[in-house]
Amino acid sequence: MENSAIINQQPAEAGSTKISVRNLNFYYGTHQALFDNNIDILEKQVTAIIGPSGCGKSTLLRTFNRIYQLYREQRADGNIFLDGENILDNTVDILELRRKVGMIFQKPTPFPMSVFDNVAYPLKLHFSLSKSEIVDRVEKALRGASLWEEVKDKLKKSGMALSGGQQQRLCIARAIAGEPEVLLMDEPTSAIDPVGTLKVEDLIEELKEEFTIVIVTHNMQQAARISDYTAFYFQGKIIEFGITEKIFTSPVNKQTEDYITGRFG
Amino acid sequence: MDNSKKQLISPDAADQLFKITTAVCALLTVAVMLGFFIQLSWSSIPAIKTFGLDFLFSSEWDPVKNLYGAMPAIAGTLVTTAIAVIIAVPLSFIVAMFLVETAPPALSHTLSHAIDLLAAIPSIIYGMWGLFIFVPFMQTYVQPFLANTLHLSATPLFAGEYNGFGFLTSGMILAVMILPFICAVMRDVFRMVPPVLKESAFGAGATSWEVTLDITMRYGSRGLLGAIFLGLGRAVGETMAVLFVIGNVQKMPTSLYQAGTTISATLANNFAEAQGVFRSALFELGLILLAISFLIQVLAQFWLNRVSRQMGEK
Amino acid sequence: MIKRSLFYRKTINLAVTAASIMTVGLALLFMGWILYTVFDNGFRSFSWAFFTEPTKPYGIPDGGVANAVLGTIFITLGAVVIGVPPGLLGGIYLAEFAKGSKLGNVIRFSANVMMGIPSIIVGLFVYALMVYTTKSFSGLAGSVALSIIMFPVVLRTTEDMLLMVPDALRESALALGAPRWKATTGIICRAAKTGLLTGVLLAIARVSGETAPLLFTALCSDSWPFGYFTQPTSNLTITITEYATNSPFPEMHTRAWGAALIITAAILILNISCRFLFKDSKHGK
Repeated sequence: MENSAIINQQPAEAGSTKISVRNLNFYYGTHQALFDNNIDILEKQVTAIIGPSGCGKSTLLRTFNRIYQLYREQRADGNIFLDGENILDNTVDILELRRKVGMIFQKPTPFPMSVFDNVAYPLKLHFSLSKSEIVDRVEKALRGASLWEEVKDKLKKSGMALSGGQQQRLCIARAIAGEPEVLLMDEPTSAIDPVGTLKVEDLIEELKEEFTIVIVTHNMQQAARISDYTAFYFQGKIIEFGITEKIFTSPVNKQTEDYITGRFG
Repeated sequence: MDNSKKQLISPDAADQLFKITTAVCALLTVAVMLGFFIQLSWSSIPAIKTFGLDFLFSSEWDPVKNLYGAMPAIAGTLVTTAIAVIIAVPLSFIVAMFLVETAPPALSHTLSHAIDLLAAIPSIIYGMWGLFIFVPFMQTYVQPFLANTLHLSATPLFAGEYNGFGFLTSGMILAVMILPFICAVMRDVFRMVPPVLKESAFGAGATSWEVTLDITMRYGSRGLLGAIFLGLGRAVGETMAVLFVIGNVQKMPTSLYQAGTTISATLANNFAEAQGVFRSALFELGLILLAISFLIQVLAQFWLNRVSRQMGEK
Repeated sequence: MIKRSLFYRKTINLAVTAASIMTVGLALLFMGWILYTVFDNGFRSFSWAFFTEPTKPYGIPDGGVANAVLGTIFITLGAVVIGVPPGLLGGIYLAEFAKGSKLGNVIRFSANVMMGIPSIIVGLFVYALMVYTTKSFSGLAGSVALSIIMFPVVLRTTEDMLLMVPDALRESALALGAPRWKATTGIICRAAKTGLLTGVLLAIARVSGETAPLLFTALCSDSWPFGYFTQPTSNLTITITEYATNSPFPEMHTRAWGAALIITAAILILNISCRFLFKDSKHGK
């Protein structure tokens, strides 16, 4: 029995599919967290994943860059195609995958080094560049994260000395420095103040011109504000997926409607 | 960007190498522990062949005839350790309780640091202080007081002549030595008790002492036991603090005032000049000490592990 | 219902509190007594000669402890070189690769047990392994003995410090595509570096005062410690033993106190600096 999510309206411009999830099951030890997930993430669009706590949203995100492999008891079963290539395959180069698919975490995680070194880190990791090239690309990334003006005189300062919102944008700068193709954001604004949140949301609007963005959020208003597509998750299953506007104005599934109108969650 | 980094070793291989190297280093703990037992056993073989099981129970000690027995050393170790633990454990408990339950935060903080510093003082300092200061003090004030004023010399425990050296003095110095150590561990155990439990007890109208007795001690009983065993382990193997003041005579302990020896003191005193079977006998003594302290450590870890698991579950 | 006497309960509580204050006072008294003795007697030996001249052979009531200080530094440094890297690497293994695994538990258990083994046993072990086989006492053997004592301490503190680094930081580094070894050494160890340093310094403080393991390995000597690799090497702790117990001259006893003061002061300074170092880093976050 295939649990197919109800697709709410075909996307208007059916851009190409960046990530294609087929029959994905996920386990924490013996406990199953994701049940037969099927979803298509479209290129250069913002896809929001919403749903009540503990329903599997973050779990899905963490399969896209295989970060779950850090933990022995976690296991993914199924197929995830990135540009047609199955990333769950053993032959895939994980380091290259992680360069292509960047991740931003709920709590900002600046590295214990200067602002400059933070952003330069992925550059030095994956590429051989001259010093001047690195300087250029660091500036480009910081501009891309709307942080350049605020830190251009403080590049040598420790990344941990910035404010919460700035730290998160630093993490975004660091994530885009290596020129990835996909950005995964796991509740990126839940730990920062409202002003910082606004800046990050504006940033996401700009970033989607270059990157495919998948954002997990428990803030429905945020999902409605910034995403093009929304997937509603409940208890490890994708209940409904489609154009954001449609999901929030005329959801097809009753559960979706209940969640959006606040009857549970 | 199209100039990717060239790698000498594939990242996978580098990571594997890293994992293996760190694993080997970690496994050294097991290897060295085994090594202790293997090496000491090997070196004890000549003595085991010569004396057999009698070695453990004999109190003979005649270097001229090459006859040795471990009993005086073992007994001495047990006696000094017992004295140290009997004195230090209740005192450590009271101090730890004071630090966690009664003292105002600033005082508790300072005292805590002071105790940690004291635990860091090397044993040879205790040995020297013992030899030059405490022994004369014992001889001049404490021992006469106990023997004559309290008339304890009538009992076999305090009988005999005294000169400041001996089991009682050694035991007391050991007690002072292990007190900060046991106290620090007990303090940590007390701190692990969830505040909400204590608050509930206070809310029910218990006094501070009752909370300690009923809640903290029950909750942390295994941890406290672990702390005691850790202190025990420290006292059992202590060399320098005891070496200077025990008197170094191979005799069975009959009175607290009498001079005697411990396993580590015997080793320290005789090893340098010993040869042949004598040396092997000393290795066997070392093996006995290793076995005793290993057992104590395993038990201590066992108790302490039960605590963290229990606390974690709650 | 009959109530238990409130008066009785409060009195017991008061009595216990009083007893605890008295005990703390007693403990502090003893400690103060010991420290005072060390400082008072130790200072009497301090002089320019004391710090610059080497020890003199038995029977000559003169000399300084310069060679012993140098020897202790050599031996301790040697122990650091031999014992700290495996300790750091082993701690990394426990924290990064073996969290919660059975093997990790066995190793941790082993390390904890190893920390409680008497140091004189370690001395015997290294004697049989190195001194007996090469027929020579040496400072190096002393370093090996001390490194065996340091190793489990560094391993456990490294593990504890690395476990305090939040998982999000680990995942961040890996999510950027860093290989495990780079993420661990470059980012995680760097984040924990104050704690790791503290662990090493405390381990150094612990072994620099050890005497028993040196009794059968480094012995002591009256010459400068340049025969470190193959010959008995002078050091402070054994020198203290010699002066205190083997010398009939009171002048030598005073010198023993002086050497004791040097060791005590060094250890106290190391411990106190670690406290400030660690506190600073905690507030920095």
